[in-house]
Amino acid sequence: MAEIIQEDKHKGGKKKPKKHSTAIDMTPMVDLMCLLITFFMLTTAFSKPKVMEIVLPEKIKKNEKVEPPKIADSRTLNIIVGPNDKVYWYPGKPDPAALVPLQETNFSATGIRQVLLDRNRALFKKIEQFQQDVISGKLNIKQDSLQSAIRQLKKDDDTGPIVLIKFYKKARYKNFVDIIDEMSIVGIARYIVTDINWIEEGMVEHALGMPATSSPTAKK
Amino acid sequence: MPKIKIPHKSPHVDMTPMVDLFSLLLTFFMLTATMRPAEPAKVDVPFSVSEKKTPDANIMTVTIASDNRVFFNVDNGPDTILHFRPKILEEMGKRYNIVFTPEELRYFEKNSAPFGVNIKDFKAYLAAKDSKERDRFQKGIPIDSTDNQMALWVLFSRQVNPTVSALIKGDGSVEYPLVKKVLDILQDKNVNRFSLITSLEKVEVVDAKDAKK
Repeated sequence: MAEIIQEDKHKGGKKKPKKHSTAIDMTPMVDLMCLLITFFMLTTAFSKPKVMEIVLPEKIKKNEKVEPPKIADSRTLNIIVGPNDKVYWYPGKPDPAALVPLQETNFSATGIRQVLLDRNRALFKKIEQFQQDVISGKLNIKQDSLQSAIRQLKKDDDTGPIVLIKFYKKARYKNFVDIIDEMSIVGIARYIVTDINWIEEGMVEHALGMPATSSPTAKK
Repeated sequence: MPKIKIPHKSPHVDMTPMVDLFSLLLTFFMLTATMRPAEPAKVDVPFSVSEKKTPDANIMTVTIASDNRVFFNVDNGPDTILHFRPKILEEMGKRYNIVFTPEELRYFEKNSAPFGVNIKDFKAYLAAKDSKERDRFQKGIPIDSTDNQMALWVLFSRQVNPTVSALIKGDGSVEYPLVKKVLDILQDKNVNRFSLITSLEKVEVVDAKDAKK
């Protein structure tokens, strides 16, 4: 009622609407938003972790007899991952009578990668050339068929080394990933993760300057 | 001397641009958010050059923490209608003569965090009120040959969901024998293809022969 009376009072004169400020107090809103942003920023997993695939050979069942595959000694390269980021390698087959000295190297770009690259240069160059051709447009194939084409290149290769990867018991998981990673960097077509044998364990211990603990009988 | 009049300024600041920016950021984060699952232990994964992304669904993850505890997790995507997780837990319970109530199964389905709990403690683990209490049970899944619960988890996961693929998330400092043990357990259950979770690293190959030229 009171309002109507007031309006009546102003009748006749110029109508003057009450001026409201357009600014709203936004502080609570900003507070809330700050909180929400912080929450979402902390809980968001930005980049998804990547995965590296490995395939291990099927285990031989106890009462199954399988002939070990015959591979040429000249193409075999043994890599033993040791403790403290050390890598040892030697070519051929372990022979307790005539021990080949282990070569020590590391995981740097000039370490084991050069050793592998030296043996795998032909295939590495082929893959690199192939990828270059695809990028420059000389070869017109799709991205997903590129992968299978490279796989085919690797399959056809018969010059590269056959790498046997072994782990000394003090090796770390980091190096396990590193060495398999190294295989994909250099493009090794054939590699396998196998168990270390007692001769090689002794060789590593000798290289580390430790008294040899392993013998054929100690092996389980 | 006349007094100098200090101009009276309003303490109010115009917050509109700030609000604009904030709402933009908020929308962005809300839309891109994929919740990071709670990790029971910190794991520093090693680096590799692989650019393959982790699959979203049908995965079982074996986590190896730096203190040699082993965790396990099955995940078949957030919007599954097949209810794999409770089925796996039910099978596990049957083997150890533990009956899980429907509530416990539902709770296990909803909270898909990696667990490192002995199956005998599982009821208490599921009943735990907060994460602190839950962490007390996270002693790692037994993997010795006398009580190899990890092998059973893998077995039942594969029975319930045959398409499941194995992921291994290991800390870089874990020693190889433990990794080998985990790989052996998986291989015993006929899993020969593994994906190792790594973070991306750029590597350049410098051929010593080329460099000399």
